[in-house]
Amino acid sequence: MAGGEEASGLSRRKFVTGMLAVLGGTIAAVVGLPAIGYLIAPALKRSRTDIWVPLAPVENIPVDQPTLFTFSRTQRVGWETTATSYGMYVLRSAEDRYQVMSNVCTHLACRVVWKDDLQDYTCPCHDGHFAKDGSVISGPPPRPLDSVEHKIEEGTLYVHVVEA
Amino acid sequence: MIARAYAWLDHRLGLTTIYATTLDRKVPKVNWAFTLGSATLFLAVMQGITGIFLTVYYVPHPEQAYDSVNYIMNDVAFGWLIRGIHHWGATLMVVTVFLHMLRTFFYGAYKYPREITWITGVFLLLVTLGMGFTGYLLPWNQRAYWATTVGTSIAGTVPLAGPWIERILRGGEALSALTLARFFSAHIWMLPTALLALIGIHLYLVVRLGISHIPKEGE
Repeated sequence: MAGGEEASGLSRRKFVTGMLAVLGGTIAAVVGLPAIGYLIAPALKRSRTDIWVPLAPVENIPVDQPTLFTFSRTQRVGWETTATSYGMYVLRSAEDRYQVMSNVCTHLACRVVWKDDLQDYTCPCHDGHFAKDGSVISGPPPRPLDSVEHKIEEGTLYVHVVEA
Repeated sequence: MIARAYAWLDHRLGLTTIYATTLDRKVPKVNWAFTLGSATLFLAVMQGITGIFLTVYYVPHPEQAYDSVNYIMNDVAFGWLIRGIHHWGATLMVVTVFLHMLRTFFYGAYKYPREITWITGVFLLLVTLGMGFTGYLLPWNQRAYWATTVGTSIAGTVPLAGPWIERILRGGEALSALTLARFFSAHIWMLPTALLALIGIHLYLVVRLGISHIPKEGE
């Protein structure tokens, strides 16, 4: 070992080790950070396109009988057009008041079905039961069925679809 | 604390021994041409990593392959970078493998006792070219399609077995979904597995036998 190098407090070996660590770290960061972005990119993309969907003319909606209306929405996801299906239960009261509820169970997102014989919404997955107004009767669901924003324009019931 | 943890691990795993035999081994005085093997290994590792990342989005289906590659290039964050590294890394790897072979040949480093290192190296060259050939089809664009049509036709000119080889490569008469699927399978499973095994033997022999010195005049 040359005396001069030791006197400066930095040996050649230490210098090379340090430089390799810095270079290696830089290369790892340059490749590693974009790699994380690459993996999570589609999850960060939010398609916040809300639309009002015409559900049905009000004269077609039965009174005091939960009725399912379905529609699907196509959207460009990734490199493909994906159709998402929606189902909404509409309950029209005798006073022409409307209640619109999503048919997605609040437990684990199965689809609930109105049972005329039981007079409740039943979720087939884990036996959740919801009353006519959407409140929980029994089973695992943590909260009532989600109600959907709606309006009536020129005799047609519209629902507000927010998520993709 | 770290020193104690290291000592604990070292006692059980023999890390110091591994380091001493693989990285701290004695080497003759050599030149920059002796870094070509390491450069190739580095590129191979990069190809493996970027390749794994590409499979997150790529779909080997005639109707989706081209669109999914487009999606990687235009919509995924840094998709252009990951695919760019894979694309150029592939080309560069063929170059470094070839230069590495030339170095070995001209320095006579393939001679006793390193014949098996050379033989595994020949297979590594073939597997690398196979990776290039199969990977080239995957974007499923015009260039890929016709390059593979031509490439498999060339395989078809082999005497006697030619038409048979051509059919096996294509998975039928012409290029189809079957061709794309089998090229994909070869590209991400079969050839990389072979590559990994061969690299293992190749590196084991390099460590076991050491590297040869640069021949002197008259040797």
